[in-house]
Parts: sequence; structure tokens; C-alpha cells
Amino acid sequence: MRHGRAFWLFVGPFAVGLLVFVYVPIGWSLLLSFFDARNTVTPTSFVGLRNYADMLTDAPFLRSLGTFSVFAVFIVPLTFVLALALALLVNQISFMKAFFRSVFFLPTACSYVVASLVWKLSIFNGVRFGLANTVLGWFGAEPIAWTVSTSPPWYWLVLVTLRLWLQLGFYLILFIAGLQRIPQHLYEAAWIDGASRGWQTLRYITLPQLRTTSIAVLLLLLIAAYQAFDEFYNVLGTDRGYPPFARPPLIYLYYTALGSGGQDFGHGSAGAVILTLLIAGVTLLQGKVITR
Amino acid sequence: MKAVRYLALSLAAVLFLIPFYLVLRNGLATEQEITAPTWTFWPQQIRWENLAELFSNPAVPMVHSMVNSLVVAVLQTAGQLLLCGLAGYGLARIPYRYSNFVLYLVIATLMIPAAVTFVPTFVVVSTLGWVSDLRGLVIPGLFSGFTTFLFRQYFLNFPRELEEAARIDGLGHWGTYWRVVVPNSKGFFAALGVIAFVTSWNQFLWPLVIAQDQDSWTVQVALSTFLTSQSIDVTQLFLAAAVSITPLVVVFVALQRFLVRGVTETGIKD
Repeated sequence: MRHGRAFWLFVGPFAVGLLVFVYVPIGWSLLLSFFDARNTVTPTSFVGLRNYADMLTDAPFLRSLGTFSVFAVFIVPLTFVLALALALLVNQISFMKAFFRSVFFLPTACSYVVASLVWKLSIFNGVRFGLANTVLGWFGAEPIAWTVSTSPPWYWLVLVTLRLWLQLGFYLILFIAGLQRIPQHLYEAAWIDGASRGWQTLRYITLPQLRTTSIAVLLLLLIAAYQAFDEFYNVLGTDRGYPPFARPPLIYLYYTALGSGGQDFGHGSAGAVILTLLIAGVTLLQGKVITR
Repeated sequence: MKAVRYLALSLAAVLFLIPFYLVLRNGLATEQEITAPTWTFWPQQIRWENLAELFSNPAVPMVHSMVNSLVVAVLQTAGQLLLCGLAGYGLARIPYRYSNFVLYLVIATLMIPAAVTFVPTFVVVSTLGWVSDLRGLVIPGLFSGFTTFLFRQYFLNFPRELEEAARIDGLGHWGTYWRVVVPNSKGFFAALGVIAFVTSWNQFLWPLVIAQDQDSWTVQVALSTFLTSQSIDVTQLFLAAAVSITPLVVVFVALQRFLVRGVTETGIKD
């Protein structure tokens, strides 16, 4: 009994909050997802699975999953490879090591809003004085309307480079930590056995030893891409609304549940439940892979 | 070989610093210089007046939104460390019949990123009447299952001898936690605290959803509104961005040791 009181003294406040702000919302949403709930958060008329059927046959919703896939196909491998490459380089030098690490990590101090501002209005501004168009101009090329052109879809270049710049430092730190955990004697043994210092040790020692870090980084990157919202909203959105293309899941959900066209919490909740199940599946898989 | 490495790193470093250069250049130039057909590398004359204009522009609630962001970030950092620290310790060290059940409830939330459930959370928070309210901005973000889980893992490895010495001195769980465990875990608290502060300061989706009146805007919502509506001039927008980054640059320079540790702790759970 004394243990019970002590336990709840420590865990009680957190547990109550977890129930109210995590479990109740999820339960309520499950309930709402079976009801018609427009401009209200109380269930009105029961519609069974219709919201789910609507969402799963709704072309824009399915397209949003496609948009996420395209985004992930670019951003996940790019960040992974570049973060690993820079981590290897930083780890191999001694002079100015801390300086380079800090420079690559510094963008983490910026929000996606700030990065969007720089990317949209300065680097990839569609007019002639944008940085990218200025550089193109030096080579005599015509300016490109980066964020509004859909064929070819230049906006992907804008969004992918933005996220790459912002998140690379975080994963660089993870890789450097992983590299520093590799026992030095493995390398010494390999050199004695005649392995070359470059490719062979990388292939047979460094990469296998980084296995846990690599899997964690890949899944963190994937989960982060799944939740992409900020840069899409700020780079492509205007006060006149959001363009019909390039809507990742959370952007789609935002405009369904809270958009100016009326708040639809029935469909919004069904969408949230579907997206939650998808991501929970991925994280379960992560647990399986890592503990294996 | 060494020269190639330094060359590659320097090239990458220059690319990584360009956005910072652009924020300062655009913020301190005149609008004519920014929109000129030939690139101006640095303003002819640095216009510090822009800063005074930004802060005195009644259409831009810069000070107010910075204060909001600061209040939210400080409260969320302190609240998370307090609530998740206590819960993590209780789950790690106090034997109790339902301890495992509570732990499973915490672990189950790790599968669900908070951003994905913003609609459900909004539904509950709006029922509580916390829209455009400090409580709505701060409180839902306090109950991080992930932070609690990290604390539990950390406390599991806390040296038991220290706690037993405190027990012999007559301290209960509460006294042991505050007088022995917390003072000996400052580095870990600092690491998670810095991460919580940075995350809170930079978060956007939740404040966008919940801070609907201008009075409750955080600095990210304010910047985003000016960016998407392009309602203020470009130099002021970039200067506002520079101002919004400043607190975090200070954190980065002063607390980088804890930040790096925090990233490593939160990025990979062993």
C-alpha cells in the first residue's frame, strides 16, 4: 500500500495527462470517425464505416500517400548518404573538427518556417533576382518559376533541399556517435591483415558496425518524412489557399479537418485513424528489426 | 587525401552557411538592393534602422509573439522535465502491482507521433475551451511518452548504492529523488531540457492549429502568416526571421555539449 501511494505520487500526474491528452483524443476520434461531424466535435448522426470508405476511395487522400512516397524516395536516401559521408569526413580529421561539426549542426537551430522563408523568397524565388536564378543567369539560362511550376515539378527540388539542409546535422551527430562507438582495435587488426585504409575498412568494418545506427536513422527519417507539414505549408501555401498538387498526408488532413471549407471532423478523424494505423505499423516493424 | 577531405568539408560548409548569409543580407539591405537585377553580395550600407522599424511596426507583433514563444518553450521544458522525470523514476524504481500496466500504456504511445493525431487533440482541447489560450499551447505537449521512457531507461542504470545510502539516512522515495537522484543527473536533465526547448521553440503545426487569435501567436505562426500572405516587406520579413533564430543560436553556442548529448540520447534508444 505504501508503495502504491509513492508510485502514484510520482507517476500519477503524468498518467492523468497521458490519458486526457493522448488516450481520450484517440478514443474520441475513433468514435467521431463513425459519425457525421461537420463544424462540431460532438457526434451527430451515426454513419458506420462510411467515413472510412469515403477516405479510402477519395482520390486526393490516396494521392497524399503517393506524395509522401515520392518525398520519402528522395529525402530518405539523400539525407542518409550525405549525413554518413560528412560524418565519415568529420570523424577522420583532427584540425577544425568541432568547427565543421558545429556548422553542419547549426541549421537545426532554424525552424522550418524560417527555412521556408529563405528557400521561397531568396534562394528559389521565381523572379530574376532569386539566388538560384541569378546563378542560372551567369550561365545564360532563363529564370525558373521554382515553386509554382508543375511540369517539370521543380518544387520537389525546393522542398527536398530545404529539408536536407535542416535535418542533416541531426543525423550527422547520430552517425558520429555511432562511429565513435566502433572499437579502434578492429581497424588495427584489419590493417595488420593488410586491408586498405579506405574502401575495404569502410565496407567490412565501419558499415557493419554501424548497423544499429543505420536502421535507426532510416526509420527516423521515414517517420519524419511521413509527418512533413511545415515546409509544404509555408513554401507552397499562400493566403489564397494551397495548390492542388504536392499535398502530403498531414497537409491533406489539415485542410479537411480545419480548412476554410468548413470543419469536417468525421472525415478528419477517419483520416487520422488510418494514418495512425499506417505509422504504428511502421514503428512496430522498427521494433522488430532493431531487437532482432 | 587530407587536402581533398578539407576541400570537400569546406565546400559543404559554405553551402550550409549560405542560408544564414541570405537572412542577414536580406534583413539589413534596402528593398532596392535585394530586387536589383545584378546580385548585391553585401548591402552598401548596413541598415540597422530596419531593426527599429521592425519592432515599431504596429502590424508586426514581433515582441508579443517572441514573448509567447519564450513562455511556451520555458513552461514546456520545465513541465516535461518535472512530469516525465518523476514518472520515469516511479516506473523504474518503485515496485507496484500495476507498474507494468502503466509502462505498457506509455510504450504504446511511442508508436504514434504526436503530429499525426493533431486533429483528435484539437477536438479535445477545443472542448476544454483552450483554443487561442496559453493552456492549449502548453499543456497537451507536456505528456511525452517518449521523454518518460527515456527517463525510465536512464534511471534503471542509475547507481543503486547512492539511493541506498539515502535510504539509510532515512529518506523516502520522494526525498531520495529530489536530494540524491536529481542532483546527480544534472547532465541528463540538461540534455533532454535543451532538446525540449529547441523543439518547442521551433514547433509549428500545433501552434498554427491552436493559436487562432493574433494575441496568442507564437513567433513561428507570426512569421508564417507574413510569409504566406506577404503582407510586410521583404527586408522586415528576413530581419524578423533573424530575430526569431537569435535565442536558439545563443542556446546552441552556450549549451552545445548538452545539445549533442541530447540528440544522441533521443535519436537512438538502445
